Amino acid sequence: MKPEPNRFLLISRDKVFLSRAYLAALIFFILPFFPHVSEVKAENNVPAAEQIISADEQAVNLPVKRSGFWLPENISTVGGKIDSLFYFILILTGIIFLGVQGTLFYFIFKYRAGAHPKSHYTHGSKRAEIIWTLIPVLILTFLAFWGQRVWKEVKHVAADTADTVKIRVQAEQYAWNMQYPGADGLFDTEDDIRNINQMHIPAGKPVRVTLTSIAKEGAPAVIHSFFLPDFRIKQDVVPGMAIDLSFEAVRTGRYEIACAEFCGLGHYRMKGFLTIHTPEGYENWLKAEALSS
Amino acid sequence: MKIFSTDHKVIGKQYLVFSLCMFLLGGLLAMLMRWQLAYPGKPVPFLGGLFPDNMFVGGVMLPEFYSSLFTMHATVMIFFAIIPLLVGAFGNYLVPLQIGANEMAFPKLNAWSFWLLPPAVLTALSGFFLEGGAAQTGWTAYAPLSVFEPVGQNCWILSLLIAGTSSILGAVNFLTTILNNRAPGMGFFRMPLFVWSLFITALITLAGTPVLSAALLLLLSDRLLHTSFFIPAGGGHPLLWQHLFWFYSHPAVYIMILPGMGMISEILAVHSRKPVFGYKSMVYAMLSIAVLGFLVWGHHMFQSGMNPLLGTTFMVSTLIIAVPSGIKTFNWLGTLWKGSIRLNAPMLNALAFLSMFVIGGLSGVFMSSTPVDMYIHDTYFIVAHIHYVLFGGSMFAVFAGVYHWYPKITGRQMSAKLALIHFAVTFFAFNATFFPMHLLGLGGMMRRLYDPTQYAHLRHLQPLNVAVTHSAFLLGLGQIPFIINFFGSMVWGRKAESNPWKANTLEWSVSSPPPEKNFEKIPEVFRGAYEYSVPGQTKDWLPQNEKQL
Repeated sequence: MKPEPNRFLLISRDKVFLSRAYLAALIFFILPFFPHVSEVKAENNVPAAEQIISADEQAVNLPVKRSGFWLPENISTVGGKIDSLFYFILILTGIIFLGVQGTLFYFIFKYRAGAHPKSHYTHGSKRAEIIWTLIPVLILTFLAFWGQRVWKEVKHVAADTADTVKIRVQAEQYAWNMQYPGADGLFDTEDDIRNINQMHIPAGKPVRVTLTSIAKEGAPAVIHSFFLPDFRIKQDVVPGMAIDLSFEAVRTGRYEIACAEFCGLGHYRMKGFLTIHTPEGYENWLKAEALSS
Repeated sequence: MKIFSTDHKVIGKQYLVFSLCMFLLGGLLAMLMRWQLAYPGKPVPFLGGLFPDNMFVGGVMLPEFYSSLFTMHATVMIFFAIIPLLVGAFGNYLVPLQIGANEMAFPKLNAWSFWLLPPAVLTALSGFFLEGGAAQTGWTAYAPLSVFEPVGQNCWILSLLIAGTSSILGAVNFLTTILNNRAPGMGFFRMPLFVWSLFITALITLAGTPVLSAALLLLLSDRLLHTSFFIPAGGGHPLLWQHLFWFYSHPAVYIMILPGMGMISEILAVHSRKPVFGYKSMVYAMLSIAVLGFLVWGHHMFQSGMNPLLGTTFMVSTLIIAVPSGIKTFNWLGTLWKGSIRLNAPMLNALAFLSMFVIGGLSGVFMSSTPVDMYIHDTYFIVAHIHYVLFGGSMFAVFAGVYHWYPKITGRQMSAKLALIHFAVTFFAFNATFFPMHLLGLGGMMRRLYDPTQYAHLRHLQPLNVAVTHSAFLLGLGQIPFIINFFGSMVWGRKAESNPWKANTLEWSVSSPPPEKNFEKIPEVFRGAYEYSVPGQTKDWLPQNEKQL
């Protein structure tokens, strides 16, 4: 008898099917390299400069209203990319979920003992194994490339420009100490502005925050986590490390800063306040702070 | 029956009762937590007045107590409920029987493994009675916080050192037993998948648990001897703790699911009267999960401050590990395909495992993507994932296993009616409790919050927290039919025959319960474990030890 040909890679002899399958695989690999395909949603979130500048200064003092059980509105430049990836995964897992659950319920119904008394004796199918191994591998490879690109953008701390707002955040049990360089642009000089829990930034300008964890009398330095849900960003604050985090707001408003790593008894009340001004409003705030100190 | 018996069946039963009780204790701790989350600052009815002043004031729990609740809930559930249930109870009871052996390789060591556990859990719980309270840093015990916590943390460390020893001794026992004590004819690829799962789980335990023990010793040293392994001022690094801890704790989650997967493969085959679809693929998938499981620990640390490049490498390895889990899921569906499905108690729970584990696994895809994880890390989205895989997965597998093997272990049938009530209430209440947590997480609710209403951006989520709490209480109440059925059937249940499910594996070839010496004559094995509905046979099952002429 002729030996069975090695069908490990040849999942089908159907040339039409094969060529379509390979084309699909090719597309999966090429797509991540076209930025605009994966950033459609993000572009909708970046507003024109006019929107920022014409925002009512009064709105800055009102806390943002929350409703519904879903993601809060994204207000950062990079948040849209994270949201796009999230929605892709949601759709992907949604399809898989419906497919698997649907199949499960269908089998339970169709093959219930009363309706299907005799089972079909089989030990499996090599072809099925290959298909349901390769397809997830392809999809996950696509996901890996996309995720890596977004990760690089989110983590990249660009070199400071004249516009970059620099802030030092020193987390302690249980408060966020803010330090601004003041008019001279240098830290640890006389004109530095310091406060507790009040972060102020301008919209539309890059912000670079340096996170450290400090000890106080009777309160050791522990790990905290700087979390801005509306920006989609989070960074653990680790004793012994100074970690930079870059972000940029696209609109004004007042938001909360949350601690997202259990840091002790006061963890649940370790909240800060983030006020995002218009660029002029920010300058006014800086001047007011300089005068009052 | 000797209390310090070395009979694997007695030890298995001791593990079963002990860990089911620990499951209830862990559940009670969780329900106390849920009260506080739904009604922050309101006195706990009845119980509030029973606790001392360092935990409750005016019936309202203090942040100290809340912190010890989430720490001890996880610790009890992981180390004293799920691992002992899957490995200690089902593993010990079934493995010698399924491989045709009369005993484990090291019976005395087996007894030691069990008897180390009650003192271990008492050590951890003793923290509640000490000044400063029980361990309060979360079961993850991140340094430097865990270095400075009160003395309850030492109790926790000692407890896990003892429990870890118990696990390692057990792993040595399982590996030796499975390698050496198989009956003639039981080649590796004729072993039931449950035995394979225990073999692989034992390998993971042996490779991973010593790392946790080492980390715990370093932490104890920092606490008591004032070394600085994790304190920057003394030259140490907080991230060292995280790497060491997660190097064990990630493979630990595979310890907590693989035996469950093994049981589900058995139960699906028996109750659809079909061979397992893709037996060899299932074995290779479990082996891949075990190996890959040691390469993904950094996905717990994406936002930890470690080198962002590691965010990429661990994302890739984490995405890869989704593949073998998917293969197993599809093979289970294949096992059901064209079967003859009996919807009895073991099968219902097994089908629930399949359904819920898929949800838990799919939510993992969100976390594996590092930038998405930036948002959902340390939120309730993670809590939802954890509970879908550990309760929806492991616990439903445990329930399925209890309903399936109870007749063999006790010689009695359980009540099918109580089983159905238990299943229905548990399935509904489980989803009602944990599905909304995905939404809480997406709304930005962080973990380990004593009072989420302190944050203005979380207040609108409070109705969801209340709904989750009510469902959690229902979930707790839903276990009452199970408790009644479990203990009551031992007395009231109809006597069970040796093979009520008409299954092929060797445990069903002896009486229910088995005699003290399992096999008067060691059986000879002629075929694999899943020859159901073989064409040309008069009956739809074909035991492994039945000689065919």
